[in-house]
Amino acid sequence: MVKVTIDDIQIEVEEGTSILNAARQIGGEVVPPAMCYYSKLPGTGGKCRTCLVEVAAGSERDPRPMPKLVASCSTPVQDGMVVKNKTSEKVHDNRGAVVEFLLINHPLDCPVCDQAGECNLQDLGFEHGGAGTRYEEERRTFDPIDIGNKIKLHMNRCILCYRCVHVANQLTEKRVHGVLNRGEHAEISTYIENAIDNEFSGNMIDVCPVGALTDKTFRFKSRVWFLKPMDASCGCTKCSGKAVVWMFGNEIYRVTARKDQYGEVENQEDGKPAWICNECRFDKKELSHWMIEGPRKINRHSVISQGHYTSPRGNSQKKIANGN
Amino acid sequence: MARRILLEHDNVPGIETYDVYRKNGGYRSVEKALKKMTPQEVVDEVQKSGLRGRGGAGFPTGMKWSFLAKPDGVPRYLLCNADESEPGTFKDRYLMEKIPHLLIEGMIVSSFALGANLSFIYIRGEYMWVLEILEKAIAEAYANGFLGKNILGSGYDLDLRVAPGGGAYICGEETALIESLEGKRGNPRMKPPFPAVKGLWGCPTVVNNVESIAAVVPIINDGGDEYAKIGIGKSTGTKLISASGNLARPGVYEIELGLSVEEFIYGDDYCRGIANGKKLKACIPGGSSVPILPAHLVTKTAEGLDRLMSYESLAEGGFATGSMLGSGGFIVFDEDQCIVRNTWTFARFYAHESCGQCSPCREGTGWMEKVLNRLEHGQGNMRDIDLLAEINKKIEGNTICPLGDAAAWPVAAAIRHFREEFEWHVTNKEEAQTRNYGLLKASM
Repeated sequence: MVKVTIDDIQIEVEEGTSILNAARQIGGEVVPPAMCYYSKLPGTGGKCRTCLVEVAAGSERDPRPMPKLVASCSTPVQDGMVVKNKTSEKVHDNRGAVVEFLLINHPLDCPVCDQAGECNLQDLGFEHGGAGTRYEEERRTFDPIDIGNKIKLHMNRCILCYRCVHVANQLTEKRVHGVLNRGEHAEISTYIENAIDNEFSGNMIDVCPVGALTDKTFRFKSRVWFLKPMDASCGCTKCSGKAVVWMFGNEIYRVTARKDQYGEVENQEDGKPAWICNECRFDKKELSHWMIEGPRKINRHSVISQGHYTSPRGNSQKKIANGN
Repeated sequence: MARRILLEHDNVPGIETYDVYRKNGGYRSVEKALKKMTPQEVVDEVQKSGLRGRGGAGFPTGMKWSFLAKPDGVPRYLLCNADESEPGTFKDRYLMEKIPHLLIEGMIVSSFALGANLSFIYIRGEYMWVLEILEKAIAEAYANGFLGKNILGSGYDLDLRVAPGGGAYICGEETALIESLEGKRGNPRMKPPFPAVKGLWGCPTVVNNVESIAAVVPIINDGGDEYAKIGIGKSTGTKLISASGNLARPGVYEIELGLSVEEFIYGDDYCRGIANGKKLKACIPGGSSVPILPAHLVTKTAEGLDRLMSYESLAEGGFATGSMLGSGGFIVFDEDQCIVRNTWTFARFYAHESCGQCSPCREGTGWMEKVLNRLEHGQGNMRDIDLLAEINKKIEGNTICPLGDAAAWPVAAAIRHFREEFEWHVTNKEEAQTRNYGLLKASM
């Protein structure tokens, strides 16, 4: 076990833990945002640079500060390390700059984007973005393409977090999905516009932090904040069968995996992530397909966690804010 | 006359063949190392020599070698970084083209020192003809028992292969090079873990520049202490400088570190001054990614001391009034050149070569390129100049690999030293569209 101090809060974590995961163990405000790191997908992280933190002291043995900000998702903690996240002006500045970089080519089509309301970039833009843009050039644009018959890719919105590439690598057996070209022309695509034909490809939609990959069976049907999320299970043999169905009245509008406060898929009892298969996600849209377990508490920081299912005593919101 | 250690025999006819190279004292270091020395002794000699990485960063080679993890039963690899793609840098090409056996000899000794039994030369995709030269030389080395099983009866085995890249600048970054060699997209990896612990196929790996590896040959032949006597202070040995731009005699020169910049630009043994009797305007001493220096800071430091060709002297004054030795890509501008245009050209290069993996570099390099494009073509305004300075501050240090820094530094330095030229492009929009700033000023 090693001791690490993040924003003046000390915690003991296992050796090899990343700064970000140590911060998540503390929870609350000290957790840096993460757009590309996804704890359930090994190999992700380091790319978006929104989780940059300042290391004020490297370790007990070598207490020198690190000269640059480091990506907290991919930097392991050292014994005696002192990290500044919320308390660092430099972090605040540079995180703002990263958000600006992410937004210069991002279309401001939130009013018609299906991700609106549960979009990490929207949250970050709200917290760190400027009121206007300094970007006067033409925005980079791509045509939307289909990735398989159920997934739409809007490359314009993509921030190249590579999460979906890792889903394609790790959950689907034949790799036809990846990144083409380089620099600002880099784009997610499939090999010679091959369709992805795989039982688990739909999980790409769940891991996408923005509205780049959307569910074609749900596109433009409703805003997410009008829907009521319900925990539901279906006894599926291909996947965990545990999902969240998003309902309007008695109709199921969409099905997603169960996600935690960081927008990541929850683990099942056996410790494996509860990915769901495409059949559950795209085809089971009747109430008869599902056993409804009860209302889903959305405890991530987002508009969709507001206003739903407050208990009569009104304290569940407080609990949520504490991350419990 | 200039001291030549690496390029001693570069003009001997037929030096690219094994027979001529051997007759001129080639492969002596392999005989010495494999027969008389232990791997650790070779590493010690290199540490004593004070040799610093010749690829640009200037990190001590011996120290890099000593960081190599040596777990039991795990192979180790030595990779030679011949992905020389920095604008203005062409020294490795010259060395490999002229004396391919020198690199191979260095690879054998270095691989022996590190305990690698399979080593690679990762060569830039555009250097296809050099690849052929190297492969021919490697075949000769195999035929003469310097590569393969049981080299010189010492029991040491080494296979050496050449792998071409696909023509991406980013693959010169050591972890991107490793990714590319593994057959993947050349994206730099997150560090830690460093290649010395987890490199090629997850095994401990050392990546060295062509010139660093070649320099191991004279170090072993003459001893590390002898090598350390050449040069000045912590900048030991000789350095290949590829001089280009408006020079009377551009080309690849081997210089003893510590030579004065004045002598290098104007000396008869070297570049012989600025071409066509023009005046020096600016100089980029270490390849396109290092800060540009205006004429008054090229030959003298801000304190008025002579500027020397060494890691320390060129960096004197930090980024405010100094630069870096970098890879030795010495680019000289005469009074006719437009710094804005040149900065835009470099920015275009970095925007084109960014791998697109991390946000600040992907978006920032493209943004800078567009703003500079506008400025150069008379479409800019004053706040664009500050915006550029702001953008490059936010890229620098926030990226996965040093490409972001490399893209940011030249822009920052150009604005720092030549701000009036940027402002001229804003205030003289019409002229900026049709005329070159340098030529215009020179004619006035």
